[in-house]
Amino acid sequence: MKDLALRALDAVARRGVTYADVRGVEIREREITTKNGKAGHVSSAESMGIGIRVLAFGCWGFAATDDLTAGGIEGAAALAMEIARAGTAARKREVTLAPEEKHEATWVSPIRIDPFSIPVDQNLAVLLAVDEELRHTPGVSLAETSMHFERRRQVFASTIGSLIDQTRYLSGAGFSALSYKDGEIQKRSYPNSFGGQHALKGYELVEELRLLENASRIAQEAVALHSADQCPEGELDLIVDSSQLGLQIHESIGHPIELDRVLGTEANYAGMSFLTLDQLNHLRYGSEIVNVVCDARPEHGPGLGTFAFDDEGVPAQGTDIIRNGQFVGYMTSRETAAEVGQARSNGCMRADGWARLPLIRMTNVSLEPGGQSLDEVFDADHAIYMQTNKSWSIDDKRYNFQFGCEIGWEIRNGKRVRMLKNPSYSGISTEFWNACAAIAGPEHWTLWGVPNCGKGQPEQVMGTGHGASPARFRKIRIGSAYAG
Amino acid sequence: MRDKLSEPQQQAADIFSQMVDAARARGVTEIEAVIAGETQALTRFANNAIHQNVAERMVTLSVRPVIDGRTARASTNRVDREAIRDVVEQAIAITRLTAPDADLPALAGPAEYQDVNRWYEATAHATPEERAVAVAQAIRAVERAGQTAAGIYSTGESVLTLFNSRGVVARHAETMARFSITAMAPDSSGWAKASACDHRDLDPLQLTQTAARKAAQSHAPRELPAGRYTVILEPAAVLDLVGQMFGDFSATAIRDGRSFLNDRLGQKLFGENITIHDDVRHPGQAGPAFDGEGVPRQRLTLVDRGVVKEIAYCRQAAALAGVEPTGHGYPLPNEFGEAPMNIAIAGGDSSVDEMVASTERGILVTRLWYIREVDPYEKIFTGMTRDGTFLVEGGHVSAGLRNFRFNESLIEMLSNVEALSPPVRATGEETFDMVAPAMKVGDFHFTEVTRF
Repeated sequence: MKDLALRALDAVARRGVTYADVRGVEIREREITTKNGKAGHVSSAESMGIGIRVLAFGCWGFAATDDLTAGGIEGAAALAMEIARAGTAARKREVTLAPEEKHEATWVSPIRIDPFSIPVDQNLAVLLAVDEELRHTPGVSLAETSMHFERRRQVFASTIGSLIDQTRYLSGAGFSALSYKDGEIQKRSYPNSFGGQHALKGYELVEELRLLENASRIAQEAVALHSADQCPEGELDLIVDSSQLGLQIHESIGHPIELDRVLGTEANYAGMSFLTLDQLNHLRYGSEIVNVVCDARPEHGPGLGTFAFDDEGVPAQGTDIIRNGQFVGYMTSRETAAEVGQARSNGCMRADGWARLPLIRMTNVSLEPGGQSLDEVFDADHAIYMQTNKSWSIDDKRYNFQFGCEIGWEIRNGKRVRMLKNPSYSGISTEFWNACAAIAGPEHWTLWGVPNCGKGQPEQVMGTGHGASPARFRKIRIGSAYAG
Repeated sequence: MRDKLSEPQQQAADIFSQMVDAARARGVTEIEAVIAGETQALTRFANNAIHQNVAERMVTLSVRPVIDGRTARASTNRVDREAIRDVVEQAIAITRLTAPDADLPALAGPAEYQDVNRWYEATAHATPEERAVAVAQAIRAVERAGQTAAGIYSTGESVLTLFNSRGVVARHAETMARFSITAMAPDSSGWAKASACDHRDLDPLQLTQTAARKAAQSHAPRELPAGRYTVILEPAAVLDLVGQMFGDFSATAIRDGRSFLNDRLGQKLFGENITIHDDVRHPGQAGPAFDGEGVPRQRLTLVDRGVVKEIAYCRQAAALAGVEPTGHGYPLPNEFGEAPMNIAIAGGDSSVDEMVASTERGILVTRLWYIREVDPYEKIFTGMTRDGTFLVEGGHVSAGLRNFRFNESLIEMLSNVEALSPPVRATGEETFDMVAPAMKVGDFHFTEVTRF
């Protein structure tokens, strides 16, 4: 792979470029699902190719191929140059890159159990046992379980002399129970929707999740939701579990801090951001207790956004985004950092494979744990507690959001008093974070994996990490999804 | 690069033959394989300049054995002899580790397929320069309007052949081009997009002028309170919202209890003016004339004058129901079964201008965004308006509006359609392309207003 990457780099470098980098990527995946006692989807896939990015004639060009013969690489190199030249038809300014040092490194994400060392029949046995347990509960119409494993090796080589060999192992697992009864569909998922939990781990993740131990409770909740009361509508205190809060961070902080959105390059698809450049160091994003970081370093945890170097050869970093409620940082690339006068990229460029161009993507955007106990978070006269995302939507500048959750609970004087179905809440991003009144401590903090973040044209799907503890918010609009 | 794409396709029969030999050497005679190749190129612009310009080329070999009621799939993008043998070995190995399923169908038999020509040489061979010239013209037009442009122009081709050891050989070649543009003014924006198998059917400049006109017309947007309004949804807004429901027209989804059509088949769910077909041969459609197992796609009448009539059946669901498969199955193994993918919503004879002229007070919507399901049985969806939302007063567009959040049941919406335009091939960002009309809808439920 190193030879391929260096050969491709040489093929463009000798054609005359301002800058070029090559990523040779080799991906191995396994996907296993069950459905109502049977194997649903059992597959394995491998993919290998190179992506060549050039800065020439003042424009970017990118070509990717899985034809790894000498002719295939030469062809891709020539096409990357042709594409860059074509860009001169609509060029407005010289591209400048923030400086970066040359790096030579080899890094493998730490795992305890290689997921590909576990046979498929053993994976299926684990999932079918969970599936059977779910169906023990009368009223479950559909039991579904899944596991997903990935190994991604990437060799990055650039014309500044960097040569970085990175291997990341990713694992995910989870299950859901769906119940259809009398014209109503209810569903519960564990440990999260979107296929469960996903992390930069090996098969040990599956063992840690205690899937079987939680199956019966989740199935019973799915069925019980049919007889639960409808979530009330109004302005109430809201308590959010850590997985839902992870998605709230993703949508209302993670995307708005992408500097490419701010600068307009995603305007046609993903949209722009309310965090215009004048807001930096001025906007009160949240209450005093809100502290958010963007951190790709392994010491932050084994998240889907954890790595050693980003996809333009910049080392993983930790960046303050919100400090004591104040907005203090964006996620950047070498190009956007230079554009706003920052000395260095903070390492957020990621591509979803060899065929796609790196974009600014979330790494791990996490809410730091607070100082409250769980009892203090739940210490409200009257609040609604919501768990596990069901629906999510936010406008294209990231002001107005609405989330639905699978299950809610009415809280009176700090205690759960009744189950609620179809809970939802909505608001404006900065108003929501400024209403944050309590955040549970580190013992309740989980680094969640969101495996399905879409961005870019052609669209790329990326895994991102979001650490959060349960938290309470004052006077949030509840129940708007079913209002009227 | 481009010549290399067709090479594995010309050799597809030989590759499949090698797969059959590799499987037989391991005692397996029943296999299905998909051999696919794709090139895609996309020129992306923003801030009135090209800023991303990419091309990709890939080949995929995928094989699925059937062994004593078991099946699994293995895929690779390597096409050498060793890789072909490896992928077959891997597929057989994981298949043997699964449990037998009495309901797993045997491989499909050979069939005749309808002829659908969706490959155009000019589009397959479109160059970066062609795209750049069109983009540069679009940018100049937006600049002349004092606005800022962002968008894409993509062209590409894909070729797919599905084989199986019972004699199925199903081949589909297709080209596809897309042009999309957002024109931005200081406090407003406009959008337009089109797709076509032949890129010469696209008119980037006309789309640009539409986007720029919408951006200019929606400047200084007013804020209206949330509530129920008569809306005029342009075709892209209709397809992105209505397109969310077709996965439920599936026998497997109904059997699973996850479809809103559970206990509703044959009922009149929508208005008399709603008729929807699935028709792969429709001239505004794209995609192959066969499904993931090589079954020919049949034309379905999903909704006839408001009544839910037909649903899709994959081979397994058809066998369980005692009916014929409709040719809408996903590649096996999968947990979803089937879905109609060539939607054609019948229209009416009212133009968007006529809908506006007939509206005393309402809202004209260009595009919807970030649409997600709130309630799977009542089919309530939430989402936002975007890039061109207008107040209609006294039969005229009177002002731009700040964008709304909606929470709307598709069952209610399609029961409240007051007028339809002739259908067109429409494309958005939230679902697959389809043939859809504009719709004037009463009592559409906007629940919140955002800040722009």
